[in-house]
Amino acid sequence: METTKISGAEAVIRCLLEEGADLVYGYPGGAIMPVYDELYKFQDKLHHVLVRHEQGAAHAAQGFARATGKVGVCIATSGPGATNLVTGIADAQIDSTPLVCITGQVGKHLLGSDAFQETDIIGISTPVTKWNYQITEAHEIPEIMAKAFYIARSGRPGPVLIDITKNAQFDTLDFSYKKCTDIRSYHPKPILNKDKVKEAAEIINKAKKPFIIFGQGIVLSQAEEQLKALIEKAGIPAAWTILGLSALPTDHELNVGMVGMHGNYGPNMLTNECDVLIALGMRFDDRVTGNLQTYAKQAKVLHFEIDAAEVDKNVKTEVAVLADLKDALTELLPLIEKNSHTEWHNEFKRHYDIELDAVINEELAPTNGKGISMGETIEMINKHSNGDAIMVSDVGQHQMFTCRYSKFNTTKSNVTSGGLGTMGFALPAAIGAKMGRPDREVVAIIGDGGFQMNIQELGTINQTKVPVKIVVLNNEFLGMVRQWQELFFDNRYASTVMVNPNFCAIAEGYYIKARKVTKREELDEAVAEMMASKDAYFLEVMVEKENNVFPMIPTGASVSDIRLR
Amino acid sequence: MENKTFTISVYSENNVGLLNRISGIFLKRHINILSLNVSESEIENVSRFIIVVDTTEKWVQNIVGQIEKQIEVIKAFYHVDDETIFLENALFKIESGLLFDERQIQNIIKESNSEIVTVSRKFFVISKSGRRSEITELHAKLKPFGIMQFVRSGRISVSKEPMEISTLLQELNINKY
Repeated sequence: METTKISGAEAVIRCLLEEGADLVYGYPGGAIMPVYDELYKFQDKLHHVLVRHEQGAAHAAQGFARATGKVGVCIATSGPGATNLVTGIADAQIDSTPLVCITGQVGKHLLGSDAFQETDIIGISTPVTKWNYQITEAHEIPEIMAKAFYIARSGRPGPVLIDITKNAQFDTLDFSYKKCTDIRSYHPKPILNKDKVKEAAEIINKAKKPFIIFGQGIVLSQAEEQLKALIEKAGIPAAWTILGLSALPTDHELNVGMVGMHGNYGPNMLTNECDVLIALGMRFDDRVTGNLQTYAKQAKVLHFEIDAAEVDKNVKTEVAVLADLKDALTELLPLIEKNSHTEWHNEFKRHYDIELDAVINEELAPTNGKGISMGETIEMINKHSNGDAIMVSDVGQHQMFTCRYSKFNTTKSNVTSGGLGTMGFALPAAIGAKMGRPDREVVAIIGDGGFQMNIQELGTINQTKVPVKIVVLNNEFLGMVRQWQELFFDNRYASTVMVNPNFCAIAEGYYIKARKVTKREELDEAVAEMMASKDAYFLEVMVEKENNVFPMIPTGASVSDIRLR
Repeated sequence: MENKTFTISVYSENNVGLLNRISGIFLKRHINILSLNVSESEIENVSRFIIVVDTTEKWVQNIVGQIEKQIEVIKAFYHVDDETIFLENALFKIESGLLFDERQIQNIIKESNSEIVTVSRKFFVISKSGRRSEITELHAKLKPFGIMQFVRSGRISVSKEPMEISTLLQELNINKY
């Protein structure tokens, strides 16, 4: 293989280009300056987005990865730069998002000496990375970078952190690049056991009340078509976890809604009535299952999953198919008999009608002079986006309303912080999503609390002119915590009242067009104006202050104890 | 589910930082490691961790699953005591004079099947390999005479049934993904 002698820093850039990365998010600093110097040289090939805080870089890389399916890349300096990435890395780890995070480190001779801006980022990031590695010699760079991308994107994806000492960036190496395709101790795709698929197929074929819950595994393995084919052939009602959202069009006849704490009434209630529960690429998170002692005890559970450690972790399975979902469903489909479970499906419809009466109608069209609701704002965005926008939500009540009421026609359209529940996620993630998918409309839905957690990224929008739409649903509360205080802490609103700044003035201060809506009559026109805008647009909607998200399963309760009010 | 003593065996690449990842898995679940031994294994460039914990089978399955997930881990197993041959090693440093003044000490050494590793003017050292209970018993017998230093190793163990790592590695090399 031909080699050329270059610096470690240049090697980092060449590795990124070899892996097809042409967009990175980051923030420079002392220990990563050699890499930034090379970025300056390579700026026509590799676009660097200067964020305003490293946490923004990690979230932007996540938004990019979730909207495109590619690996997101972020760069930070040592010490505080590296530690500022950690929240985003932890978020990516629990939501299986492929990231390669590159951090600078003090020179090898200074390691362990408490040098200026030295932190043990390998130690700090170990529990929240799929893999991490500290490079101390320039010649290690190509092989480790290749491993990093391979590990981040293969199997159950996740974040990888590569820490590179400054001497390794300055020193030279003979550069040649070979993509990593194999690591002895790492087997990302379990070998599909066809007998297990047959066993699962037999159980599905005999089921009277089968029920599918699908998660992000469908999106990650690109098995959306197979999922649709399966539910249509077997006539099985299917519900989604928060990260499975948008893998199946919202208006599909057999899409019966969301499971979990603020999910729909039917799928939660009927989890405890189905005879076969088919879990596809989901991990039975406690927000989905509620009390495990009472969760789907009557059902035979079939678990299709790529990560062996998830099987039987929370819910005991009858049959586990360990495989990439697309491979497993492709194998399963011909074994499935054509069927329809009309009466069973009607059960979901009956439950939906109850929820419609008790919750949804009032949320989407509030009566009795109430203020604007979050749900009707989302519905208004649906109207103007036709369900074609990528919706990026932060964390809190608005997130639940966004996930419950957004309309989706296409996959990879829902970007939210699921497992970690990271406030401050949406603004930078929306930047990443829009840069990854400039062809699509990207709307960030954020609460007044979460917006202020990474509000500085308005600066990134100003500098890059990325045309994201930002909607802040302002109820002048940390709404979700306030809801819990109302329901479980005797209305004691401890530290959840928000005295907010003039958000529009702040957005305008960053030269972003802004508008505030306080009356229902203005909402339609304001959303229309926002969606028509070619540039970034900030819309603040003053919503009903003390609205609650229902249905709700209180923590520790059974899924069938779901409350409608 | 009742608590039992489990021996977890981890075959892994010999890489910096893996110990940190593995111990973190126990830390997250608040499970105390009773004993830990890391050494080379029968396979070149493959390390072996022997970790002893007192927990339920459900937890140990869960933990082994999480350990196997780590990129550098080749395979992890768990066994109960009946399924393994295991022992620990201990060293006792005792003042030399006692060897001559207290005849009982020589009997204790003989009866316990331990051996004297070294004798100098000031001290002698007894090495004892065996089950934890045997070492504890010897410790109790020697204690009245005064022990200058005592140290015990982590458990080392081999399974009665084969743990076919070499075969697995061969298969992995054949079935490249």
